[in-house]
Amino acid sequence: MIPILSIRDLKVSIRTDAGVASILDNIGLTLERGRILGIVGESGCGKSTLIRAIMGILARGAEIHAGEIVFEGENLLTFTEAELNGRIRGSQIGFIPQDPLLALNPVFKVGTQLLEIMRDHAPEDGLRGSARKRAHIQRLIMLLRRMQVPDPELALERYPHQFSGGQRQRLLIAAALACAPRLVIADEPTTALDVTTQHQILLLLRELVTEFSLSMLFVTHDFGVIAELCDDLCVIYAGQSVEAGPVAPILASPGHPYTQALLACHPERATTFRGIPGTVPSPLAAPPGCRFAPRCVDVQPVCSLGPPPSGLSPAGATVKCVNYA
Amino acid sequence: MLGFIARRCGLALPSLFGLLVVTFILVRVVPHDSAAAMAGDAATPEQIAKLTKEAGLDRPIVEQFVLYVGKVARFDFGESAFSRREVSLDIMERLPATLTLTFCALAISITIGIPLGVFAALRHNQWPDYVLRIVSVLGVAVAAFWFAIMLQLLFSMQLGWLPLRGELSATMSRPERVTGFLLFDSVITGRWDALRDALHHIVLPAFTLSLGGLASIVRFTRAGVLDTLQNDFVSYGRAMGYRRSRLVWRYVLRNSVTATITQIGLLFGGLIAGGVVVESIYDYPGICSYTVQAILTGDNQVMLAVTLMVGVVYAAVNILTDLVHGLVDPRLLDKP
Repeated sequence: MIPILSIRDLKVSIRTDAGVASILDNIGLTLERGRILGIVGESGCGKSTLIRAIMGILARGAEIHAGEIVFEGENLLTFTEAELNGRIRGSQIGFIPQDPLLALNPVFKVGTQLLEIMRDHAPEDGLRGSARKRAHIQRLIMLLRRMQVPDPELALERYPHQFSGGQRQRLLIAAALACAPRLVIADEPTTALDVTTQHQILLLLRELVTEFSLSMLFVTHDFGVIAELCDDLCVIYAGQSVEAGPVAPILASPGHPYTQALLACHPERATTFRGIPGTVPSPLAAPPGCRFAPRCVDVQPVCSLGPPPSGLSPAGATVKCVNYA
Repeated sequence: MLGFIARRCGLALPSLFGLLVVTFILVRVVPHDSAAAMAGDAATPEQIAKLTKEAGLDRPIVEQFVLYVGKVARFDFGESAFSRREVSLDIMERLPATLTLTFCALAISITIGIPLGVFAALRHNQWPDYVLRIVSVLGVAVAAFWFAIMLQLLFSMQLGWLPLRGELSATMSRPERVTGFLLFDSVITGRWDALRDALHHIVLPAFTLSLGGLASIVRFTRAGVLDTLQNDFVSYGRAMGYRRSRLVWRYVLRNSVTATITQIGLLFGGLIAGGVVVESIYDYPGICSYTVQAILTGDNQVMLAVTLMVGVVYAAVNILTDLVHGLVDPRLLDKP
């Protein structure tokens, strides 16, 4: 079965006043149908740029140099703006943003905003005009009820500031599912929530993936969330994917030195607090070859010569590191 | 909503009373004998003394003020020293022309200014933005009287498309007076010829008057839209495939116009001040040219009345501004 989304050798750079910053360098990942792929990496590693590249909403000045983003067998990079807006965004790919308060427009009713998405992207149902709108409202009410938003009919008539943080995130999950997408991209959707709400939202997402036969790309910096929610994992460091594979074996025995160091820092796993010496390289002056080389404990001269080769770790993960070549 | 309006009106009353006090004192403080002005150049001291007594100008100032407030409350502003007519009648006759002119100017400023501001913001730091920036600086800097004369030269003298002055052609009979607003009266009485003529007459003055406001509306809207575009809900809208035109003109614009609305409210004062120049040049029979006349002849009653009336209009516009704010951003009406 072909994967729903596969990204190969994606290179993205952004032109800044200080020069050209290489944000993503040879990113590759594969999301199998019906699974949840967690993308983990620290702040500034390019997670958000990756999401924006998939949806074709990169900031002005950003440029994709190489690679392909294949969604349902089609390379999204060959799509025009109109095609992306008409067929992909909001319709086949739903998006759950990081901060539900900021993502909702404060001066429009929630219902207006959710209906706006369905207006252009809801699957064709043969209805027109007000009948179509009524059908959309019915679907939204059904979704909100499923998301356990109290009084779904009234909720549509309310404004974003009249909801709690957890409820707002439920509204946006409903929005992401409104047009029956195949893929949902979630950008740290639980970061802005407290721990109890976070847990409830993760449980909800897990159920929805099965219930609505979705595949999900879940971006986070929290291994705890990955362990709780995801089937597969892709670790990104400074714009390079370093390790990818099923979650459980990687967490049990991480292959790449960066994954090892990162997991060793996790407060629930760490025996002693070590940290990772050094800092993330600036994308303006990224080291050639493996970008983790300057901080790596197992560094070899060959590491900074060229792109690290792919290998298989004993746990069965794909690792971009000479140690496994 | 109604409570909101009532509360605002209640708040406006003390400010209007303050205005009443200040203008009353200012007019008394100025070393100017209004009785002498009323009596004319050839008056004898006895005649002036008689007028002073009649107008109550010899009584203590506090008593004068109490009498004055009592009259104002009955909408009686005394009579003009110049025209010997009731000031309130003069005002009722002339206010509609100024209000019409001001609203037309405002309408022009808004309908042109807001789209241009949005356009400049979307083309931020590209050439359309630079051009608009220069044009809007010019709009603020160019003197209205110069611009008015240039427009007259081009459209009236050279091309002959539009009339030079006045609010109605001399050959056109005025439609029957119903509301006092020439445009409305023409429509109500079905005088389409008069309506057409009046519209022709209002184009140049309204456009001249709109210029300063237009420039500042462009700048405020541009700044507002640039600010709003930074918000997460804009990139969320893009990610969820909002149609671009709707995202900009509906969802971004509504968040961007807060400062513009405040600015439009403030512009109103500027428009009335600008009306002084515009009404004089185009010989438009509004309240502003009336005021200029009153100031030149030292007609105190008229000055007091007009100042108070402008204050009332200003307060009303401010309440309206708050109301529009509330309609645009429902979070504001939520607060007690």
